[in-house]
Amino acid sequence: MRLEPIANPGLGRRLGFPALALLATVVIASALAALAGANPLDTLGLVVKGAAGSKFALLETLNRATPLIFTGLAIAVAFRAKLWNIGAEAQLYAGAIVTVVLGTSALSGMGGWALPLVALAAMVAGALILLGPVMLKTRFGVDEVVTTLLFNFIMLLLVSYLLEGPMKDPMGMGWPKSAPLDKALRLPRIATGLRLHWGFALGLIAAGLVWFVQVRTTLGYEMRAVGLNSQAARFAGIPVNLVLVKTALLSGGLAALAGFSEVAGLKGHLSLDLSPGFGYTGIIVAMLALLHPLGVVITAIFVAGIFVGADSMSRAAGVPTYIADMMLATALLLMVLAIGLTKFRVVRG
Amino acid sequence: MSSVFDILLTASFWAAAVRIASPLIFATMGELICERAGVLNLGIEGIMVIGAFSGWMAVYLGMGLWGGVAVAMLAGMLFGLLHATLTVPFGLSQHVVGLGVTLLATSTSYFAYRLILPEVISPPKIEPFQVLEFPYLVDIPLLGPALFAQTPLTYAAFAVVALTAITLYRTPLGLAIRAAGESPQAVAAQGLSVTGLRMGAVIVGSGLMAVGGAFLTLSAFSSFFFEMVNGRGWICIALVVFGAWKPGKALLGALLFAGFDALQIRLQQTPIGQAVPYQIFLMAPYILSILALILMSRRAQVPAALMIPFNKGER
Repeated sequence: MRLEPIANPGLGRRLGFPALALLATVVIASALAALAGANPLDTLGLVVKGAAGSKFALLETLNRATPLIFTGLAIAVAFRAKLWNIGAEAQLYAGAIVTVVLGTSALSGMGGWALPLVALAAMVAGALILLGPVMLKTRFGVDEVVTTLLFNFIMLLLVSYLLEGPMKDPMGMGWPKSAPLDKALRLPRIATGLRLHWGFALGLIAAGLVWFVQVRTTLGYEMRAVGLNSQAARFAGIPVNLVLVKTALLSGGLAALAGFSEVAGLKGHLSLDLSPGFGYTGIIVAMLALLHPLGVVITAIFVAGIFVGADSMSRAAGVPTYIADMMLATALLLMVLAIGLTKFRVVRG
Repeated sequence: MSSVFDILLTASFWAAAVRIASPLIFATMGELICERAGVLNLGIEGIMVIGAFSGWMAVYLGMGLWGGVAVAMLAGMLFGLLHATLTVPFGLSQHVVGLGVTLLATSTSYFAYRLILPEVISPPKIEPFQVLEFPYLVDIPLLGPALFAQTPLTYAAFAVVALTAITLYRTPLGLAIRAAGESPQAVAAQGLSVTGLRMGAVIVGSGLMAVGGAFLTLSAFSSFFFEMVNGRGWICIALVVFGAWKPGKALLGALLFAGFDALQIRLQQTPIGQAVPYQIFLMAPYILSILALILMSRRAQVPAALMIPFNKGER
């Protein structure tokens, strides 16, 4: 068996295989539900109802989608240039730390300028965190997958240290969490009484901007060229290492915004459970969106819906909530296969 | 400084270093075999989790300890088969597939855990492997207990290193595996199947990774906890680079690394350790891994065809 490239895959092929991948995921998830002794159709219905069955559920899903839009964008940007940033989790926490440090300082006296300034500082922190592994890649040829992964563990320990030491909330009753942000530095809700904060809108704006950069600017063109074939790009005079550094700064900054928005919009303080793996889930979000920035918004809401829906289904039907993680990992693998099959035909011999 | 020397002069330190190294040795050999054949296996972290879980669960449900090891190995090979199918014949991105396998194997373990034990708050314990002492040899000062008073799985880890080295360097099969990672065209020209060699290497390698995971539950902790693998898989990938893709050097790397780990655990108990936040000590393994990667990057002999899919008929 070997693979034969297809020169111009038709629209049917480009959409048919991904659709088939999603369908297969649903079938596998149904089988898992049946394995857990539940009725697959009921389980699926409960997931949908838990994710979008009421105004409350829908808003919960959108809130959960917000950090995933940012981490999904961070990974879509990086993977497009074949920069394997698996460290969005660390960059998220870097953004969260800076948000709390500045947000509990005297900065709140600055009025309207304070919030954008905090967001910007968070982005810089996230960008710098990714800059290290990328410099190691361009200077020494060290694979960034492993270094960014290891950074996640280092960063979580740093957060743990900060929360037990210098950043510990004196009023926290001994819990390892930071002091709360100043009220003036909280992201307001989009409408009064609506449990959805401006972080979500910021995510939509970020997606639009990333799309603009990718499609309408030279940098976007260079990032794609480096991702498609870095040697050819270098031959064509594109400064590959510089493009990788710029990609890293953008990617790290986007991931840090997830931390900023979770702290300033939702939690109001930093704790060790700020992110239940948003950085890793961002990989699934980005891949399901075929690395398209606007698609990331849709897949982030979809993925968030599965998590929120599975939580509520689990309480009602008794199927372990980890079915959501299994389902998404399956979707990721099948989607990669589907993308492969749109570009290649399997032939015998 | 004197406290460091005090620690280095205790036999229990050396025994702990070898014990901590054992799961790393299994998994590092597994990854090394995959990479020598030309496939980066980032499924390692999740495969260690499924190994730790399935081996422990098999023993909890009534199998013998070696039966548990076999179950873990089979579970690892199953996920290896998945990884190999997607990355070798289909030539899909080894990065994305590997991470996908890690996510799937981890979530499968957690799902199955909750399915079988829905209500428990603390996981049940099993009777783990006991220490097997070699008479007389164990009385060698300092190193005796480290090398001759360990559980059977630790001895197996050393045997696996020898077996890997002999297979890779002294058998036609090993030559073919190494060639598949260096120059797959040459392998195909010999009439051998690159696909078969690579898939076989990934499946066997994944089996070893899972046994590394099983060491944690069947030999070290006697119970399964979420997050218990805790990045060990990623550290093993760094150890393969540190060992320059050679079994002997990788073994030394794992022992050195485990030595540092055993040292930091003991240093925490000393006056110096009390003054430094414990998180700094816990960071040490990850920072060391990054340093090792930087240190070795200049002279490492990366398999030439690592991460490059092979498609018959393409030139």
